Formats: sequence, structure tokens, C-alpha cells
Amino acid sequence: MTWTLIILLAVGAYAFKVTGLIILGGRSLPPIFERCLGLIPAAIITALVMKDTFTVGQDLTLDARSLGIAVAVIAAWKRAPLIVVIVLGAAVTALVRQL
Amino acid sequence: MTPWWRDPTLRPAIVACLTLSAAVGVFGVSFGVGSVAAGSTVLQTCALSLLVFTGASQFSAVSVIGAGGSIGSALGGALLLAARNGVYGLAMSRRLDGSLGRKFLAAQLTIDETTAMAVAQPTRRAQQVAFWVTGVALYACWNLGTLIGALAGSAIDPKTFGLDVAFPAGFVAMVWPLFSDQRARLAALIGGAVCLLTVPFTPIGVPILLSVLGVLVGLQRPVSAPNSEVIQ
Repeated sequence: MTWTLIILLAVGAYAFKVTGLIILGGRSLPPIFERCLGLIPAAIITALVMKDTFTVGQDLTLDARSLGIAVAVIAAWKRAPLIVVIVLGAAVTALVRQL
Repeated sequence: MTPWWRDPTLRPAIVACLTLSAAVGVFGVSFGVGSVAAGSTVLQTCALSLLVFTGASQFSAVSVIGAGGSIGSALGGALLLAARNGVYGLAMSRRLDGSLGRKFLAAQLTIDETTAMAVAQPTRRAQQVAFWVTGVALYACWNLGTLIGALAGSAIDPKTFGLDVAFPAGFVAMVWPLFSDQRARLAALIGGAVCLLTVPFTPIGVPILLSVLGVLVGLQRPVSAPNSEVIQ
């Protein structure tokens, strides 16, 4: 992590917030634009899960993390609270590493 | 007029806002732990929560840098995730009153949770109360949680406790409710597949940027009959 990234990200993230709330104000965007923006979290967050679970650097791998995340997915599917999902995922991963 | 904190009609909303903020504080702890586990200092971790204050972007940036990605790819992915706060700003601009200075403060608090709590309220007054109560409480809880997590994370070896999985497990919990929408499921499927398929061939961090291709699902108009394309 570098301070350059932190500052750029802070400025960029705040710029988006100000653009919507103050600069564009009450105007509305074309529906197609709002639809695509609304789908960004689903696409990127899923990609982050894949990266953090199945990759090390540029290699695809299957290790203890895969089982931990599989349990986290089941917990999320059963509507477990956030903290339960995280603790279960971490605990299973740690246990598998002990084996 | 009854002050907002004594208005019985606002009480359920205020309790809901505070409960949500406390839950997000727990998530802040996992951000703090994961961030130091990925190589950030305690000070950098706290600066991210204080200044950036939009969870998914913070997690994304730290996760890409921790894996060895460049500043550019970490920034790109994180800013793509931050773009939706602009849309929330549009929604909130119709609901918030006050001076320009107050709006610049409100802008920093315009994120998933504050917008969701505000738009769920029936009256304009309740919407504003929900926005500010959630915003202030959540900012405090998120940053306190981050600090606790960063300090705890520096004191232990995160891998022993499986804490390197805190991020993806948190992401799973974050993304799961979105999957009630069919388009979001398709966008996620494409995003996840593009990421895994491009990991071996592109620099670290770039697959996260490419996964945004999943949003192209939104180019198509919503269809009432799910199989209409096939029928045509």
C-alpha cells in the first residue's frame, strides 16, 4: 500500500460522491447508464472473491481457502449474519491448514 | 415540532440505523485485519477508512495491492466500485436540504448504507434523519472497527487464523443479497469468469478491471418474459 494510492483513491471516491450529490444534483441519468452502473458491484465483487480464493499471483490454485469460501457461501445462502460468514470462512480455512 | 431524537414515529428508523452501523463496525474490524495482513501499515489502514470511506473500494484496493498489483490497477478497480456513490448522490440530492457546506459533508457520507436507509423512509424528514444518523454513526463505527482490526491484525499472524479469507468471505456476504436480481447474477457470472480466465495472462489487478465487462448485461432492456430471446 502506498500513500499515493490512498490520496488518489480518497480524491477520486469523494469526486464521485460530490458529482452525484452536488454537481449533477436532481438531474437523472439515461436509464441504460444507471442500469450498467448498478451492476458494477455484482461483477467486480464476484471477481474479487474469485481472485482472493483461487489465485496466487498469476497462478490458479485450489487450497484451504476454497473450502473456507465454500462454507462462507453456504452461510451467506442461509442468510447468516455478516460476522458469522466471515468467522466461519476464516475458521474452516485455518482448520484445513492444520490438517 | 418534536426534536427528531424524541419523535416516537422516528424511533424505529433510528434504532435500525444504529443497529446497521454497529454491524458495519464489525466489518470495519475485518477490513483492518485484512489490510494489515495485505501489507498496509496501521496508519495507512486508518487513513483509507477515514478518507476514502466506501468499503468495497477500500477492500478492492488493498486486495489488489496485497496480491502484488500495480497502483494503476488497484486504483482503477476501486474507482469503478466507487462510481455507484455518484448515483446514490443523485438519489440523495432530491431528499437532502441544507447549505452547500452541509452538502459537501453529506457527500462524504453518501454510500450504500446511508442511501438505503434514507430512501426506505416514508417522509422527507425521516429520510434526512435516517441519512444523517446512519452516516455519522456508521462513520464512527467503521473507523473505530478499522483501528481495532488493524491493531489486532498487526499483533498476530493472520494466516494461522485464516484471516486472509476475511476479505473474500466478507465479499461473499456483501454480494449475496444482490443475487436476488437475475441481471446481477449474470453480471456476476461474467465478471467472475472473465477474472479467472484472464488471471494467467494479464498483470495482477487487471482481471479485476476486466471483470467490469459483466455490466454490459445492463445494455439490454429489462425483459418481462425471461425466455423471450429464445422464443424469437
